[in-house]
Amino acid sequence: MSINTNPQVLPPPDPPGPIKWLKDNLFGNLFNSILTIFSLLIVYFLLGGVIEWFFNTADWRPVTKAPLLYVIGSYPREEMWRVGLSVTVVFFLLGISWGKWGGLLKSVSLALGGIFFVLAILPVKHVQLDVAMRTYLGITVFVMALGYILGRAEKLKPNLIYILWLISPIIIVVLFAGIENSEVLKQVATTSWGGLMVTFLLAIGGILISFPIGVALALGRRSTLPIVSASSTIFIETIRGVPLITILFMFSIILGLFLPADARLDRLLRALMAVTVFSSAYTAENIRGGLQSISKGQYEAAHALGMNNFQTMFFIVLPQAIKVVIPAIVGQFISLFKDTTLVVIVGINDLLGIGRSVINSESDFLQLQLEVYIFIALIYWVFSYFMSVASRRVEASLGVSN
Amino acid sequence: MQRLLHPFFQNGSTMSNNDLKISESSSAIPFWRDERGIRAIAQIISTLLIIAVIWFAAVNFLKAADNRGMTLSYDFLKNPAGFSISDPAIEYDPSMNFGRAFLVGLLNTLRVSLIGIVAATILGTLVALARLSTNWLMSKIALFYIEFHRNIPLLVLLFLWYSTVFKSFPKVDDSIVLPGPSYLNLRGIYLAWPRLTETGSIFAISLGIAIIAAIASYIILRKKRAITGKDTYYSQISFAILIILPTIGWFLSGGEPYWLDIPFRKGFNFQGGNRITPEFAGLFVGLVTYTAGFIAEVVRAGVQAVDKGQFEAGKAIGLSSSQVLSLVVMPQALRIIIPPMISQYLNLTKNSSLALAIGFMDLFSIGKTAINQAGRAVPVFALVMVTYLSLSLITSFFLNWYNRSIQFKER
Repeated sequence: MSINTNPQVLPPPDPPGPIKWLKDNLFGNLFNSILTIFSLLIVYFLLGGVIEWFFNTADWRPVTKAPLLYVIGSYPREEMWRVGLSVTVVFFLLGISWGKWGGLLKSVSLALGGIFFVLAILPVKHVQLDVAMRTYLGITVFVMALGYILGRAEKLKPNLIYILWLISPIIIVVLFAGIENSEVLKQVATTSWGGLMVTFLLAIGGILISFPIGVALALGRRSTLPIVSASSTIFIETIRGVPLITILFMFSIILGLFLPADARLDRLLRALMAVTVFSSAYTAENIRGGLQSISKGQYEAAHALGMNNFQTMFFIVLPQAIKVVIPAIVGQFISLFKDTTLVVIVGINDLLGIGRSVINSESDFLQLQLEVYIFIALIYWVFSYFMSVASRRVEASLGVSN
Repeated sequence: MQRLLHPFFQNGSTMSNNDLKISESSSAIPFWRDERGIRAIAQIISTLLIIAVIWFAAVNFLKAADNRGMTLSYDFLKNPAGFSISDPAIEYDPSMNFGRAFLVGLLNTLRVSLIGIVAATILGTLVALARLSTNWLMSKIALFYIEFHRNIPLLVLLFLWYSTVFKSFPKVDDSIVLPGPSYLNLRGIYLAWPRLTETGSIFAISLGIAIIAAIASYIILRKKRAITGKDTYYSQISFAILIILPTIGWFLSGGEPYWLDIPFRKGFNFQGGNRITPEFAGLFVGLVTYTAGFIAEVVRAGVQAVDKGQFEAGKAIGLSSSQVLSLVVMPQALRIIIPPMISQYLNLTKNSSLALAIGFMDLFSIGKTAINQAGRAVPVFALVMVTYLSLSLITSFFLNWYNRSIQFKER
């Protein structure tokens, strides 16, 4: 047996470049090559078909006829400025927060501001994209930039920004709904609210209101008091065990029976309550997960410093637990944002509801359902996709991901 | 002495009666600073609050029920339902009672959920495999599939499938003919379907016995080999059982256990064959494609979580690629995959209630029709919610039990 003293000389590696990349990733061996050709065929036919349909076959009239409908529903057009003002307020606050903290808020602000800016200078002629609308869009972007500059100022205390954010929902709801017997802010019935406005209202409202309830439920479930813990657990597990649609129906049909006869709750409010109750059970479970991840040493250290249970929970444990679960809450928000479409079934005109009423509004639109649904799917897709990308960035910046 | 320590360090169970007496007799600590006092008060207040809410709701409900003449009994379940169900899983007609209608609804929900879970698992795993593929293009196509389905609402997807695909098939006259022959038209999909002949049950039973016997002999003989160390030829034997038994059944049934039920045109419609309604098809395809996007992510995360060294170690001890996958990687990946998979299965079952939006008569949608017909909103709703809740609890109980059985046994 002879020992090979000349080690076999390997062939030199392929020079890096497009050919090597193709060889590594697409045509490594026979099976891979067949797979590549097969995939190429799928892409060719699918992409070709989609592009052909999108630009030639599709009839986008149901979308282009009244795009504003998809944004605000049948909200009175002469009162439209109120929705606009609310959006401007939010943009201003976003701008300030972007200047102050950057990070996720920076990408959100840039994305939204970018969309508005593009719309303002979009080279298309459309009745609903007139000079007034373009001016409004431009001003809103400008206000956001103003907010950014303000936010950069060192003097501005973060507490002030928190307070502004806290009171902004009240301002927005008052602006939307109006005040009784007011000349300037006439009351607008929620039946005329619709479109993206309602979708965002339900999703953001639901997640915000469900947050404190969820924290309370999570603490309740972990409580050592048997009655508190049992009732929280039953509530959470019941809500998580049934579909959202049953809760929506319960609030829209049955809730009235359990309230005094003269109590009349607005339909949109009932939907918001249902979404909130549904979401709070999931928030509670997320937060409970965060609470479990806090080590016992944190409690013991807080107690050693002389803090009581309340102080330990609210100043030591909860802040850390919430930080851990932020990505999970963002994920929950995304799914809530998608789940709000179910309110269509109880007769509320959210984005999908508006789409369906547009389809039924004209006889020839009945043939154009695909266009409407694809348009709506795209809107949902863009928002959820970018929210999930943003949430991954938060995860990375918080350092909680593995 | 123990009172000096913070309550946190007191373990209730270790405290003797003696300590209790001391703290009660010496009123050095007022009751609002006493942990037990606070606990008792909190307990009482929360109980009172819960009772108050229930009381408030009950009083109002009784008043409302009195005004509208409603009752809370379930007697109506025996009354004739009076509405038709388009796609019943078992025999049903409107003269049958509400109880039967609910059963049909439950079976319809179970039918779409169970078939949906199986199909979504298969599709999701295939997409995950494509996503994990070293082929760049294949992986990107799978990524596109996943990102598309995860970021749009299920309801939009259902409308897309139902209104723009299954409801857009041609009229009955211009049905699309598929090999079989099967027909696709506005009224549904009519598949040529094999059905048992009169003697066919003999073959079906023999097939069933063969499958069970083959699995049993495989497991038993394999275990025997593991214990005795002698080859028991388990795969060959179980394969032989799987072939021989059904063949005997085939001849016993006279050589023709099945006949092909071919749909045929009768009047304005097709008859025979296996009809799949557009509603079922829309719900099924929508649920499966949507859930598969989530399952694919679950499977991908599970497989990627297995350390690369495990593959290499498996290879190093001389296992083949398929052995590495089935004996080394999958058992470890499954432990990570199963818990999120359980919640996906539960989600699919709960999401099947969206059937209402496209007119498939599942449990929820029959419940809603029953409310319109019988007007017993509260009992019907309670029944529907309790049914969904028990479905969720039973499913998660069994899957959690399975999950526990495959987790690492740490001693």
